[in-house]
Formats: sequence, structure tokens, C-alpha cells
Amino acid sequence: MEKIKTIMLKEWAEVFRNQLVLFTVIFMPLFFTALPVGILFSMRGAASTGFGGQIPAGFLPVCPPGLSAGECMQVYILSQFMLLFMLTPLMVPVNIAAYSVVGEKTSRSLEPLLATPITTAELLSGKNLAAAIPAVVATWFSFGLYIAAARWLVGSPKVAAALLDPIWLMAVLVIGPLLAILSVNFSLMVSSRVSDPRVAEQLSAVVVLPLLVLFFGQIAGIVLLSRRLMLLLALALVALDAVLVFLAVRLFQRETILTRWR
Amino acid sequence: MIQTDGLTRVFGKMVAVDHLTLRVPEGEVFGFLGPNGAGKTTTVRMLTSLIAPSSGTAVVNGYRIGSEDGQVRRSVGILTETPGLYDGLSAERNLRIFASLYEVKNPAAQIEKYLRMLGLWERRGDAAATLSKGMKQRLAIARALLHEPRVLFLDEPTAALDPEAAHLVHEFIVELRRQGRTIFLCTHNLDEADRLCDRICVFKTHLLVVDTPASLRAQLFGRKVVFHLRRADQTLSDALGRLPFVKACQLVDSKLVLTLDDPEAHNPEVVRVLVGLGADVLFVGELRRSLEDVYLQLIKDA
Repeated sequence: MEKIKTIMLKEWAEVFRNQLVLFTVIFMPLFFTALPVGILFSMRGAASTGFGGQIPAGFLPVCPPGLSAGECMQVYILSQFMLLFMLTPLMVPVNIAAYSVVGEKTSRSLEPLLATPITTAELLSGKNLAAAIPAVVATWFSFGLYIAAARWLVGSPKVAAALLDPIWLMAVLVIGPLLAILSVNFSLMVSSRVSDPRVAEQLSAVVVLPLLVLFFGQIAGIVLLSRRLMLLLALALVALDAVLVFLAVRLFQRETILTRWR
Repeated sequence: MIQTDGLTRVFGKMVAVDHLTLRVPEGEVFGFLGPNGAGKTTTVRMLTSLIAPSSGTAVVNGYRIGSEDGQVRRSVGILTETPGLYDGLSAERNLRIFASLYEVKNPAAQIEKYLRMLGLWERRGDAAATLSKGMKQRLAIARALLHEPRVLFLDEPTAALDPEAAHLVHEFIVELRRQGRTIFLCTHNLDEADRLCDRICVFKTHLLVVDTPASLRAQLFGRKVVFHLRRADQTLSDALGRLPFVKACQLVDSKLVLTLDDPEAHNPEVVRVLVGLGADVLFVGELRRSLEDVYLQLIKDA
């Protein structure tokens, strides 16, 4: 455990010296929080005026019973942005994890590190946690900020309560960390196989694409983030994470990394 | 302390190390010489359990490569070809990380000990990137020693260092030998190998030769003694050439170069003969072949 902690703290000490990484970790979650809060601010009077009292059929699946049409509209629009809180744990760790192994290769620090009695599992656990923890903390922090702002701006306790619906809590508290693990391990796999940090970052960013498809599908009304879908997503992520962790450990071959790297 | 038997490593179709069999006893400074691409780094990587041999066996510090890799890594120190430091972190932080990974019992004391020994204590708070090349190399040596390994692998420890920095590293290697540690020294610097190593091994994919530098010189070139005379001529050369213990005699300007098996025993007799023939002997000295001559001859023959 001590070695995992050492690797994690070492990664943070190194990576947060990079202002671009620091900017990504701080700016992205704040941006994803500011966007829905701004929209919330602009439509704070809509709860009492929306749709002349009729709830559009498309809004019904996300609206708990007892909401007025205006409140329902607020909940629906805000729910469209909830996926942003799932993008944060995917995007934030990419910068950290992508640099993780390839950075050690370029600075030639990997060989002395691998010459120590550290196991591959310990090394990758340290690197995993170093990238995943900031992403999860940033996601949770920005979600907390969002909920606080929503309670203050919305005025309607029903809308505020709807935002703490179990579906969103699961999205942020369960799916968020699972997405972070997915992103980290995918980036680590890429980082173990390439020789250039820029290539690692660009390839790792691919991990965001499926969620973007979901995001635009939701905006287009093709996909509806129901409880069932979120549960299925969580289960799929658990399985996918297990596969990726396994592959990341398998692909991190000390010999290949040392002997093929020039 | 280090024992290999038929150690071989193949990359695809290329044989990098071919049936290396050697034995390095405890406390020896063992020079591992060879041209670029000879397989020196691959050998060091196998002996430090960084990569596995394709065949053959090796035992380091009593632990078998392949089946006891964790213990091997715990018991050896390695200075890689490049220092490989975390440039953004301080010298002390660099060492703290490795002290933890090597499970050093009293890390603060060990870090202070080696930073002081290697003259880096005053710079402990500075980022590694700001240190000079020599300091970085010394920091990397400190890192390799934190856990007090009995066997130390040094891969080109003075490459690209200025003479003063190289001298400091040499002094430190001498100190490590005094402490009884076994040092496996890969180097291209033949003068360094000559001065520091108890034995050297010349290697080019397979083992060419292992011996002490002095013995290698004698084996390859014989021992030559130069007699500087006020005036030398062919008559003197012929007279010396007839002596039974003289293997060869060459006249070079006013010098006679004799190849002898045992100069300490035969020099007085040679001087007596020369004086008897009326020659004025100005001084006598052994013609030392450099290790470079030995090395080049071996590589050429290989």
C-alpha cells in the first residue's frame, strides 16, 4: 500500500507542475458547472409560466409526478446537462494518465523505477489512483456546486429535489468513478504502447466519443436517460472496467517497454 | 556474488547475449567492456531482473534470476545509462520516492547520508533539472545505494562527465570497493576500467576474455622493457638478442626494446651485459601497453 501511495503522490507532484493539466482539472469541471447554472439563471421565472400548464409528452419520462409544466420543463432542460458531469470523469484523467507511462519513457525514469521491487499491479494501481482521484473529486465537487446553485436559483423545492433524483446521484456517484476508471485504464494502455506523449493524449481522447454520442443522442431526443438505461450503463461499465484493468496490466509488459523504447 | 551459466538473450532473430558464463566474487570491481551494441546493457538488465534471459541461468547475491526477481531487485542497486531522475522534483524528493519503493528502514537518515557523501546535501531542495550533469549522476548513484545493496551495477557512470565530475565518481567507486561491495562496471572508458577494475571482461555478444588488466597486457603483448642508451647500435641489439631469456630485441633510435618474461629477474643481467659492452645506460623502464591496445586487439581478433 505504501508503494501505491508513493507512486500516486509522485505522479501528482510531477503532473500538477504542468499548468495545462492543472487548468484542465480545474477549468473543465467549472465550465461544465457554469453552463447549466447559467441556463438555470436565465430561466428562473419559467416554473410558473411554462407551456400554459400542459406538460409536453417528451418531458414526462424525466418529470416526477406533482410538478407543474414549468417546473417539469426546468427539470427536463437541466437533465440534458447532467451528462456533462459524466464527461468530467472521462476527460480529466486523460491528460494525467496519457502522460503517465510515456512520460516516464521520455524522461528515462522508467528503467530505475522498474528496477525497484515494485510489482506491476502496485505501479499501475498508483498511476490509476493518481489519475482517477482528481477526476472523481472534481466531478463530485462540481456537482455539489451545481446542486447548491440550483437550490438557490430555482426557487422551487420540487425542482431542486428532482435534481437529487437517484438516477443522477447514481450517474455522479457510481457511473462517474466507473467512467474515470475506464478513461484511466484506456489511457494507460495507450501510454504503455506509444512513444510520444502527444500521440498518447490524442489517442486517449477517443475514450470520450461514446459518451458524446450519448450526449447528442439525448439532445436530439433519440436517447432518453432513464433509470433502466443508467443501471444498464453502470453494469456495462463494471464489466468494461474489469476488462480494461485486465488488459492494462497485460499490456504493461516491462520487457517490451524497456527494450522497444528508443 | 554474481554467477551466470550460459546466459543467453535473443530478440527475434538477433542474439544479443550468447551463452555468457562468468563468476564475479564478492568485493570485486568487475569491468564489463565491449563496443556499442555488444549486449552490455542487455546483460545488466538480465542480471537486475529487468528482462528475462532466453536461456541459461544467473544467480545474483544468492538469488536466482527468473524465479526470485523480487529479491534480486531488492538486493542490487543499478545506475542506468542515463540518470532518469524526476527533473521537476527536488533531489531529496527523488531519493524519498526510491527509499519508499526499496522499503528503506530509516529513509531520512539514509538520504542525508548519501546526499552528504556525494556532496549534494546543500542542493537537496533544488529541482533535479537544475543540477549539473555530474550532480545528476551522483544523485542517481545515491539513489542506487539508498537500500545498501551489496551488488551495484553501474552502466557508463562517467559518460559525458567532465574530468572533475568523473574523478569524483571514480573516488566514490573506490570507496564502495573499500566497503566490500561488488561492482559490475560497464564502461567505454578504458582508462577508468584500468584504474578501477580488479578484473575486466571484454564482451561482444559472447565472452571474449576475462582477466586482470595487467595479465591481459602480458598475455597479448608480452612484457617489454625499454633501455635508453646514450648511443645504441645493431651490435648491442644482436648481443642482447643472443641472451637466452630475451624473447625479442628491437633497436629504435637510441633505445633497445626487449621482450622479457620476467623483467624484475632479468633486467640487472641485461644492464650488466650492456655496461660490459661499453654502453652508457641512461635509464630503464617498462613499456606499458594501454588497456586500449589490449581492447582493440581483442575486438579486432573477434
